[in-house]
Amino acid sequence: MSDQEIVTLTIEGVEVSVPKGTLLIEAAKQAGVVVPHYCYHPGLPVAGVCRMCLVEVEKTPKLQIACATQVAAGMVVRVLSPQAREARTAVLEFLLINHPLDCPICDQAGECELQDYVFQEGRARTRYAAFPKRFNPVEDFGGDVLYVPNRCILCTRCVRFMDHVAGDDVLNVSERGDRAFIGIHPGKQLEHAWAGNVVDLCPVGSLISKDFLHKARAWELDRTPSVCTGCSQGCNVTLDTRTDVVVRSRPRANPAVNRYFMCDHGRAEHRWLNRGDRIEAPLVAGVDGLAAADWEHGLAQTAQLIKGAAGRIVILASPGASTEALFLARRALGGSAVTAAFRVPHAGQEVPLPGVPNLALRTERVPNATGARLLGYTEAFDAAVRAAAGAAIVLVLDESLSGVAPDALASAGAVIYAGTVLPEAARCARVVLPLANVAEEDGTFVNRDRRVQRYMQARTAPGMARPAWWVFAELEATLGRGEGLLSADAAFDGLAAAEPAFGGLTYAALGSAGAVAPAARSGARVSA
Amino acid sequence: MGFPHQPHPKETVVLSQYFGDAEARTYQGWIKRGGYAALRTALGMQPSQVVDLVKESGLRGRGGAGFPTGLKWSFMPREKTKPHYLCCNADESEPGTFKDREIMRWTPHALIEGCAIAQYAIRAEVTYIYIRGEFTEPLEVMQRALDEAYREGVLGANAMGAGTRLDMYIHRGAGAYICGEETALMNSIEGRRGNPRIKPPFPAAAGVFGLPTTINNVETLVAVPHIINRGAAWYKGLCLSNPKSTGTKLFSVCGQVRRPGNYEVTLGFPLRDLLYDLCGGMLDGRQLKACIPGGSSVPILDREETESCLMDYEGCAEKGTMLGSGGVIVFDDTADMVYQIMRLARFYAHESCAQCTQCREGTAWMTKILQRILAGDGQPKDLDLLLDLSEQMTGKTICVLSDSCAAPVVSGIKKFRREFEAYISRARRPAGAAV
Repeated sequence: MSDQEIVTLTIEGVEVSVPKGTLLIEAAKQAGVVVPHYCYHPGLPVAGVCRMCLVEVEKTPKLQIACATQVAAGMVVRVLSPQAREARTAVLEFLLINHPLDCPICDQAGECELQDYVFQEGRARTRYAAFPKRFNPVEDFGGDVLYVPNRCILCTRCVRFMDHVAGDDVLNVSERGDRAFIGIHPGKQLEHAWAGNVVDLCPVGSLISKDFLHKARAWELDRTPSVCTGCSQGCNVTLDTRTDVVVRSRPRANPAVNRYFMCDHGRAEHRWLNRGDRIEAPLVAGVDGLAAADWEHGLAQTAQLIKGAAGRIVILASPGASTEALFLARRALGGSAVTAAFRVPHAGQEVPLPGVPNLALRTERVPNATGARLLGYTEAFDAAVRAAAGAAIVLVLDESLSGVAPDALASAGAVIYAGTVLPEAARCARVVLPLANVAEEDGTFVNRDRRVQRYMQARTAPGMARPAWWVFAELEATLGRGEGLLSADAAFDGLAAAEPAFGGLTYAALGSAGAVAPAARSGARVSA
Repeated sequence: MGFPHQPHPKETVVLSQYFGDAEARTYQGWIKRGGYAALRTALGMQPSQVVDLVKESGLRGRGGAGFPTGLKWSFMPREKTKPHYLCCNADESEPGTFKDREIMRWTPHALIEGCAIAQYAIRAEVTYIYIRGEFTEPLEVMQRALDEAYREGVLGANAMGAGTRLDMYIHRGAGAYICGEETALMNSIEGRRGNPRIKPPFPAAAGVFGLPTTINNVETLVAVPHIINRGAAWYKGLCLSNPKSTGTKLFSVCGQVRRPGNYEVTLGFPLRDLLYDLCGGMLDGRQLKACIPGGSSVPILDREETESCLMDYEGCAEKGTMLGSGGVIVFDDTADMVYQIMRLARFYAHESCAQCTQCREGTAWMTKILQRILAGDGQPKDLDLLLDLSEQMTGKTICVLSDSCAAPVVSGIKKFRREFEAYISRARRPAGAAV
């Protein structure tokens, strides 16, 4: 908005200029001050109930809550004044009187806002001794969510999420006074496809994930920015790993894609990232069938097959492969003179999150179909499988081949399989090249709105598995073209230089929020 | 329910003139007593003239805060772009207050008339009368009168034949104290949980259903027809002390006095006379000990303060308390102030809506400490703790329920500390059973 009025105010001695109508709590972030808060969340309507964000505003007799106070020109705000701190200390004491001291067994410990702020501003000792704490038993809210009422601080984030964002008002505040708890509509469960967000929204360990329950302590986790593989929406996520195992996937804020949320389908996606039946070494067909080899041998065998091939080349690719893999695989096999196809398993309904525009679990349940299309892959998968029968070379790029007859590829000249797990129909391959999965490499996906988004390596790849960009670049080097690539950066930048659809983008400039690929692909490639 | 007493000579009977007069409940009876004349007059005026008249009269809100009524009405948007609403707060739930109940029981048409005038003045399409759920008899009486008013053409598409549409609905509460708070009342009318809302926006900007709304107490609205009939100057003349407090006020006196009940006096009336003359003084052999002058939410007065307090907004403020809703609760020397204060705190703990942390946890915590003191297990530091909690519960929440819980505790400890200390030092036998 160009006509937006800008207001200048002082927060903790720092002058900030923000658009009129900005809330103090957001303006304070610009001044480098996080005002402690519980009920406020930028993705939810303001409730103003936890009273934690009380700050001192000059010329106002009472303390004001930063989450519901709009900025005004010349306002002087003190977040850390003794009066404001004392009020917040009191709120913390009130919150703690009925809160159990079960941090040692609480999943939230280490990433708990109550814990954090009590350490920051709380009292060392309680004055609530001698009274019993409120007790209510743990309740199963359905879906992936457990409710531990004793830890609840009644911030109502979950209720507001279900009411105003998910549009499925199954949660409520039941009872009054200190007997209050989060209730669930009788006979209903948290079945909404986006309900899992209440676990992330909960600032304490009251709403917890059954899937993550007791799997790890927060401080043992490594956090890696990634992109959800669940559908073509491309929600930004953080993969939490513990000792190289992905234990959880949580939404990473991106206002242009998923704001603060992700769906339950996407949350469950992390499970297959840890699967144990992976290909761990290059395999080369010999007299006794496939046998493990080193990369040098595997790549040399592959190069030999490609060099000796005379005839049609077919690529059967997975739309879950990185943009770099899709690009380099094609280039390594001879550029455009190939039949390159993929298929999209259309599974289930589109499930929108009503409170956020253009956010839904999409029917296209793969992350990079748009990337494949932009790179000239077609969806004529069945035709490509038929064409494979008489092809000189068939490259299967991490495609599951489910539904493809086990002998469909047997009559091809040579099958090269590059992927994470070896499907039955690819056992006729002459060479098998082990690839890293999305959690084990750097790369990019293109979401349905042509937003190119980076994901980063969260765990080490099993055995000798390598990122696809490395494998295909090495293959080209073995074929006498180029010298291989050192990083995903270089792979993407090479792609951007060669493909008009990605023109002008650089890996570095994609940053953590991604960038939209230029509008139309000029001169669509013709597939054979 | 009881029958009202004969007015005392010192009372100024305006609003309560027809209390006990069964005929005044009916439309015909009300017309016979000059009813709906004020509405007819008002409908012949410009809405802004009605607002100005009420402004000039000095009428202030009788629900508790004492905000000038005319000024409140003038906050409604000048340019009417959206529907306007009037809410009549008949949720009278403040412990110690029972004046609106009597107004509705005996003079339902007076309330309908007052609402209709206010509704016309603020250019509202609809009035909601929000009646406390426990008020079964007033509800029946009001509903009967409302049906009559529609039948007789007082309300409806062509109210009083003056060409104005006036609609009025009765909404019955479900028994929550907090629904007497104006924004909680609006949530309740909308069918939501009765939780107070953050202000701003104020009701005049975004009230019930998010539209401009004015909300007035029953007693405030009932005073309006009298101002229309007799003029602002007459109303302004009803003043015994500070000219900022004008008109008459119903005081609901309860507790340990000879004749509890509703008494209507001119503002500025000495509390001493109210208790000793109108109410007949203390019971035999008893002494006045303390008094809560404005409903359970206001600070307690000790005997000396009570006997020198003038009953108007300024007079009460001078004694460090508030006129509030006019619910006068009297304690004599047999009263156990620790128990009484615990009983109040327990009420607020029960009624807290559970939104704000300080209120949800603080009211319950205070109650537990007070109960512990009563049980003889108190510690000397408990009093300081109570005062500290009160400090943190005052002025920090969405509504004033938490402040209301703290007020009697703070004033009680300040003025009757010895009674608390007697329990703590075990000089007094524990009253655990009473808890």
